[in-house]
Amino acid sequence: MTDAPIGLSIRGGTKVYPGTRALKDVDFDLRMGAVNVLVGENGAGKSTLMKVIAGVEELTEGRIEMDGRTVRFRSTREAERHGIGIVFQELNLFPNLSVAENIFMAHERTRGGIDIDQRAQAAATRALMRRLEQDIHPETPVGDLRIGQQQIVEIAKSLARQARILILDEPTSALSATEVEVLFRVIADLKAQGVGIVYISHRLEELIRIGDTITVLRDGVVTGARPMAGVDVPWIVRNMIGDASKDFPREGSAEFGPEVLRAEEVCLPRQGGGWLVDHVSLSLREGEILGVYGLMGAGRTEFLDCVMGQHPHAGGRVLVGGVPLEGDVAGRIRRGVALIPEDRKRDGLIGTLAIRENLTLSSLRDFARLGRLDLRAEARSALDFVKRLGIKAASVENPVLSLSGGNQQKVVIGKALMTRPRVLLMDEPSRGIDIGAKAEVFRVMRQLAEQGLGIVFVTSDLDEVLSLSDRIVVMANGRITATFDAAEADAARVAQAAAPTLQEDAA
Amino acid sequence: MTAAPASAPAREAAASGSTLLLILRLRTFVALILVFGFFAFAAPNFLSAANMVIMSKHVALNAFLAIGMTFVIITGGIDLSVGSIVGLCGMAAGWLVLNGLDLGFDWTIQFNTLEICLIVVAIGVGVGVVNGLLITRLNVAPFIATLGTLYVARGAALLSSDGKTFPNLGGNPDYGSDTFRVLGAGSLLGIPVSIWLLAAVALAAAYVARRTPLGRHIYAVGGNERGAALSGVKVNRVKMSVYMFSGFCAALVGLIIASQLQAAHPATGETFELNAIAAAVLGGTSMSGGRGRIGGTIVGAFVIGILSDGLVMMGVSSFWQTVIKGLVIIAAVVVDQAQSRLQARVVLQSQAAVGR
Repeated sequence: MTDAPIGLSIRGGTKVYPGTRALKDVDFDLRMGAVNVLVGENGAGKSTLMKVIAGVEELTEGRIEMDGRTVRFRSTREAERHGIGIVFQELNLFPNLSVAENIFMAHERTRGGIDIDQRAQAAATRALMRRLEQDIHPETPVGDLRIGQQQIVEIAKSLARQARILILDEPTSALSATEVEVLFRVIADLKAQGVGIVYISHRLEELIRIGDTITVLRDGVVTGARPMAGVDVPWIVRNMIGDASKDFPREGSAEFGPEVLRAEEVCLPRQGGGWLVDHVSLSLREGEILGVYGLMGAGRTEFLDCVMGQHPHAGGRVLVGGVPLEGDVAGRIRRGVALIPEDRKRDGLIGTLAIRENLTLSSLRDFARLGRLDLRAEARSALDFVKRLGIKAASVENPVLSLSGGNQQKVVIGKALMTRPRVLLMDEPSRGIDIGAKAEVFRVMRQLAEQGLGIVFVTSDLDEVLSLSDRIVVMANGRITATFDAAEADAARVAQAAAPTLQEDAA
Repeated sequence: MTAAPASAPAREAAASGSTLLLILRLRTFVALILVFGFFAFAAPNFLSAANMVIMSKHVALNAFLAIGMTFVIITGGIDLSVGSIVGLCGMAAGWLVLNGLDLGFDWTIQFNTLEICLIVVAIGVGVGVVNGLLITRLNVAPFIATLGTLYVARGAALLSSDGKTFPNLGGNPDYGSDTFRVLGAGSLLGIPVSIWLLAAVALAAAYVARRTPLGRHIYAVGGNERGAALSGVKVNRVKMSVYMFSGFCAALVGLIIASQLQAAHPATGETFELNAIAAAVLGGTSMSGGRGRIGGTIVGAFVIGILSDGLVMMGVSSFWQTVIKGLVIIAAVVVDQAQSRLQARVVLQSQAAVGR
């Protein structure tokens, strides 16, 4: 595959932002008819490199060449004219508009430049959806689709523009296993048609599976670039983060305390019949890490929401320390339950507030005496958690969104810890953060468990659940389909239990 | 703090950025000084003590409303009904002073000044409760909910007197309501009672905003409602309290105007809500929620108040005054945008110095 023609190359690419150098003298070759994998920790410069190729940013120094000629992209439009399409990790869709309208946004098929040809757009959309093997009606509002389906729409948008070069930034982060398979088939299909694909992801096995060439970035420098043949995970990790291998083993034997959380027949009805959470019962002991593995839509997030009291119609009981949980979120937090939500920006952080204010938001009453906040104690406490969790911040008074993803996640964890919980519920704690930060988050989880905290963490990463959990619960279709002890669990059996098709057997 | 050695030019750039940022952050204050300085030269008698007192009384009315409005806007809402609440509360005060409460059977309860004030405040807070319930329980958008109560309250004010003015609200010494005019016309240590009241309300509001959990929750709800709810903030309770407080502020204004004029007119307070929003925005409150300061709002109210009074004293036509007021507000928002962009850059620079 390495003899595939080079469609675009960057020579000596340097990008300087005020105060930082995001790219340092980067050489990058994009091969057509191949999957060009790009990996690196958050902040390594992947996104900057892609923005340069897509015309969002211009290089400070260096040049971009296509077909032997130097090109300049001053805007995404110009890049688009050269056949470059990009699917950003953060979806750029209009939830209020239909699938067809989204796909043809700013590229409407018109009659005479005025009247939108709805029928042509719908037909083209149907054709695209057939190609992507999705059963999505062109008139469905995008807001009604699941996140995974929305991602498919975003990909269809680039396909509709006949992109010769397609950049996919973490396209599988929100997809279910079946959707990932479909995406991989589409990628293979595009490759066969000679499309050059740039593929960015944190899921290393995935990269090795579909990549043809790999480029590793660290701190804006290319640390490794080679054909994929012979590349393994340790090689990638070594190039990404230097030598130190990151593992998160249990230290010492597991000694669990008494039961701290018990869920009894928790269920949540689905609109239009059936169950989102189907009579889930489980129990958690102090010091135990319970991994809940399942695919998107398996009901894992909904289960955590039920424990947190987000669904007034939920049935069943949740007991903490033997006493049933009732009432609103504030009351449940006070009883010692804390949730770290899946979507940091949407549910976890208050973007307008400073790091300190985010950290203490759930535990303000600890700093209030007769309704008056002790700001000094608050600042002290915030600084203490910043140090303990290793949050890299210039000042606790900076806006929380100025932090990188991993550090933002640590702020969310810090906020939960400041409520001095007995049970920590973590929904995809490693989503969208790089390997280094991930390892740190996992180390923190281990430490907390050793201090006697009960942790329930939800993930769709098999490796993660296998290496971190003391016990594994597998969910599919809202039901618990299997429970494993860490010792007896293996990847094949866990994955099998999570497949939605097995639901009849399990029931 | 984990300070890392930054290179000299980067430090310089950061320093010049933060100086500019400081000026931009104090822009409302700078505007106040400019406006004040300009009129001190251009308008005769502007600096006289009598004029200061009159002007501050004018400013106080708008400042009350703007304080309440600031909290509402910080939660991401808007309260269009405050002008109508002013009108309704003025009429209620007038009715109680003149007629008392008719129970039928030829029995009437008369109230003293304190009781009148409490009842009127309860009415204002009551409208705020209605706003809050509409928004939190029935999920009506704040703009629509308060637009509705704007009409209802104004209509109720007009109905209360058939559109006529309640005149001669001197009160009756026999009922203990003759002190009613103190609220608007009295003064303590040479400073009008309404200014003392404003100072008290403003200090209390600033205290709530900065030093209490409720204040922090108000900012959190405006910044990210879902996130706040998941962090254990009682979002509905926070929203109820800001609309109730806004109603409370409007009721105070209604009382003060009725007392100042010794009369209550049902059209009082029309478009007051717009001035209050303008003062809040001028003071740096973000219409998208999550940002704003009581101090900024007060300064904003003073800029608007001094601007309009000063222009009147210079004899500028009221039509031009309206144009100028509009331009100032637009300029304020443009500068606000520039500031937040610069602020983001300065923060990113300091963050970049630490590394990721």
